[in-house]
Amino acid sequence: MARMNMIQAINSAMDIAMERDPNVLVFGEDVGYFGGVFRATAGLQKKYGKRRCFDAPISEGGIVGAAVGMGVYGLRPVVEIQFSDYIYPAFDQLVSEAARLRYRSAGGFTAPLTVRTPVGGGIFGGQTHSQSPEAIFTHVCGLTSIMPSNPYDAKGLLLSAIEDDDPVIFFEPKRIYNGPFDGHHDRPLTPWTKHDLGEVPEEYYKIELGKAKIVRPGEKVTVICYGTMVHVCLAAAEESGIDAEVIDLRSLLPLDLDCLVTSVKKTGRCVIVHEATKTCGYGAELVSLIQEHCFYHLEAPIERVTGWDTPYPHAYEWDYFPGPYRVSRAIKKVMEE
Amino acid sequence: MKTAPLSLHIPEPKTRPGDLVDFSDIQIPAAGIVARPASDIDAAAMRDYAYALIRVLDDKGQAVGEWNPKLSADTLRLGLRHMVLTREFDERMMKLQRQGKTSFYIKCTGEEAIGVAQAMALDDKDMLFPSYRQQGLLVARGCPLVRLMNQIFSNTQDNLKGRQLPIMYSEPDYGFFSISGNLGTQYPQAVGWAMASAYSGDTRIAAGWVGDGSTAEGDFHYALTFASVYRAPVVLNVVNNQWAISTFQGMAGGEQATFAARAVGYGLPALRVDGNDFLAVYAATEWAAERARNNHGATLIELYTYRAAPHSSSDDPAAYRPAEEAKNWPLGEPIERLKKHLIAIGEWSEERHAALVTEMTERVMEQLKEASSHGTLGNPPPNDPGSMFEDVLKEVPGRLLIQREEMLALRAAAAQEGV
Repeated sequence: MARMNMIQAINSAMDIAMERDPNVLVFGEDVGYFGGVFRATAGLQKKYGKRRCFDAPISEGGIVGAAVGMGVYGLRPVVEIQFSDYIYPAFDQLVSEAARLRYRSAGGFTAPLTVRTPVGGGIFGGQTHSQSPEAIFTHVCGLTSIMPSNPYDAKGLLLSAIEDDDPVIFFEPKRIYNGPFDGHHDRPLTPWTKHDLGEVPEEYYKIELGKAKIVRPGEKVTVICYGTMVHVCLAAAEESGIDAEVIDLRSLLPLDLDCLVTSVKKTGRCVIVHEATKTCGYGAELVSLIQEHCFYHLEAPIERVTGWDTPYPHAYEWDYFPGPYRVSRAIKKVMEE
Repeated sequence: MKTAPLSLHIPEPKTRPGDLVDFSDIQIPAAGIVARPASDIDAAAMRDYAYALIRVLDDKGQAVGEWNPKLSADTLRLGLRHMVLTREFDERMMKLQRQGKTSFYIKCTGEEAIGVAQAMALDDKDMLFPSYRQQGLLVARGCPLVRLMNQIFSNTQDNLKGRQLPIMYSEPDYGFFSISGNLGTQYPQAVGWAMASAYSGDTRIAAGWVGDGSTAEGDFHYALTFASVYRAPVVLNVVNNQWAISTFQGMAGGEQATFAARAVGYGLPALRVDGNDFLAVYAATEWAAERARNNHGATLIELYTYRAAPHSSSDDPAAYRPAEEAKNWPLGEPIERLKKHLIAIGEWSEERHAALVTEMTERVMEQLKEASSHGTLGNPPPNDPGSMFEDVLKEVPGRLLIQREEMLALRAAAAQEGV
C-alpha cells in the first residue's frame, strides 16, 4: 500500500496499464514532457518514451478523432481533455463516431478509447473551467461514463476503463484531486494522504464498472451522489443528524440500479445530489428510475440538490456549489413528509 | 518489395530546462527588404509573403523599407505610452493575484506591440474579436484601467457582474467582443461579424486573434474557409508566441510550414510580421485593413513573437522551457525597440522614458485605488448573488425565478442559523 492523492492514483493506473499492455498509449494537450496541467501524466513520457506519451495539438476534435482511428487499428489510447469545458469540439467524434462505431459496423470496427477529463467547480475557474457535463454524455447510447470520488476507486476504475473494449469517458472531479473536499470552503482541506481512501495499492487491481458503493450505511433516507458531492453528502449526513445511507455511484453508465433500489426500498426516502445543472441533469434519470422501481415504497417526494440552471458564476461560486448545508436541509425536508 | 517499418514522428523543441538557449534555427531577415505591394493585389501573387518576415525597425533603431508606416513622432510616443501602460498594468495585476486579491491573471509581456499597434492601425469603430492576451487593444482604445480592474476583482462595479474569470473582458462600448476562454471560437465569429457588415453595406471591418496553438482547432479552419468563400472584410491574426502553455509551436504544425502559410491553401493573402516591431505590426495591420475596407476581403497575419510571460498565473514555464529564452529572443522586445527608435530619431530620451514609466506606474496605482474601493475578489462578498440568474435568457424564465427564491431563502436561513 502507498499513500496517494487522486492525481497520483490516476497516474499509477496509466503507468500500470502502459507497462502491462504495449498497445496502451497516452496523449493530449500538455501531457507529454510537462506531465499535464494537473500533473496526471507526470513521469510517463520519461518512463515510456515520447512514442507512448506525447503532447497533442490544441484540437480536441483531432485528439478524439485520432484516438478513434488508433482504436480501430487495435491500440488502446488514453487521451486527456484538459478541462471537460473544452470537450465540445470533440463532441461529434464522441457522439457520432466513437459511441456508434460498433453498432453501425455490426461489431466489425470498435474504438476502445478512454477519455480522461477533469470536471466540476470550486476552484474559482469561472464558466470555462468548472462545468460538469456528464449528463450530456450519459444521454448517448454507446458511451460509458465513470466518475470516481477517491484515489482508491480512481485507480481501480481507470484500469477497468482502459481495459474496456468500448469508449469510456472518465470524469475526474478536480476539486478532490488533493483531498476529500466536503464543501466547507472556509475550512482547511484534509489531504488524501491522511484519509483511508488515500491508501492505494501500488500494484494492479480493478474495480468493476457499474458497481456503486454504500459509503455510509443508514436506515432513514438514501442519498445518491457521485464525485465531489460524495464528500459533501457525507458531511451533510453527519450534520443533519439523520441516519442517512449515502451511495457513491462511481459509475453513471452502466448504473448499479439494484444497489439504489434496495436502499430506497429500505429507507423509503431519497435525495439525489449533483453539481451539474438541474434541468435534464443525471438526477432526472435517477428520479425516474427510482419512481419506476420504488414507487410504492416512497414515503416522500424525491429531492434533488444540484447546481442552479445557470453557467458557473465566478464570484458567486459558493452560492452556486451545492454545499453541505443545502444537502442537509434537503435530507431533513424528505424526513418531514 | 521490401519496405522498412514505419515510425511515428513526435515533434520536440530543441531545448528544455537546463539546456542552453538555442535560437539558431530562426531565420531573421534584415529589416526593410520585403516589398510592400498594393493592398488590392491578387492573393495568388502574395504567396512569398507567407514565408517572409516583414520588419521595419533595424538593429540601429532606424525605420527602413517600404513597410515603414511613416508615423508622426506623436503617434509613436502614444504607442510607446500605451505599451508601457499595458506592461505596468500587467505587472501590478499579477502581483495582486499573488497576494490573493483575485483568482487568475494573464500577462502579455513581450507582446504589447500586437494589441497596441493593431488597435491604433484599425479604425476605432472596427470590431475586435480577441483572445485572452490582447489587453493592449483595450488600453489603446482608451478603456479606463479601472473598468478592467473591476472585472479582474469581480467587485461591485464589475461590468460582468462577477460572472467571468478575471481578464475575460467584454467591452461592447470599445468594440471588444466577450472573451470566451474556449480557444479559437471567436475566429469564425469575427468572420461572421465581417460578413454581416458587408451584407449591411456598412464600412466597418472586423479583426480576430488566435494563438499559434489554437490554429489546430477546427474553428480556425472554419474561419478561413468562410473568410475566403465570402471575401469577408476581416483581419485574421495568429499570434505566434512560440508556446501554448507547455507545448511549443511545432506541435501545432509550425515546423512544417509557417502559420501564415495556412492562408495559401484557402486562397487568402498572408503577411508574416515581426511581432515585436511596433512599426511592422502597425503597417501590416493597416495594409490588411485597407484591403478589407476596399472590399478585397480577408488577410491572415502571423505575428511572430515570444511569450515572455507564463501562460497564466497558474503556470510555471521553468518546468518546460529554458528560463533564459525570453531575454535571448532574437527579435528583442517591443518597448525597448520602439524606445530605441524614438531616441535614434531624436524624439525621445532615457530621461523622458524613465519619467513615462513613473507616470504610467502612478496611473496604474491611482486606478487601482479606485477599483479597490469597490472591493477585491470576495472582499467584500458580492452584494447581489441573485443576479447570477439574470441574462441566461433575456427574461428570467420561471424555473430560474423559483431557483433564485430558493437560493435567497437558503442564504437567509444559513445567516439566521449562523452557518
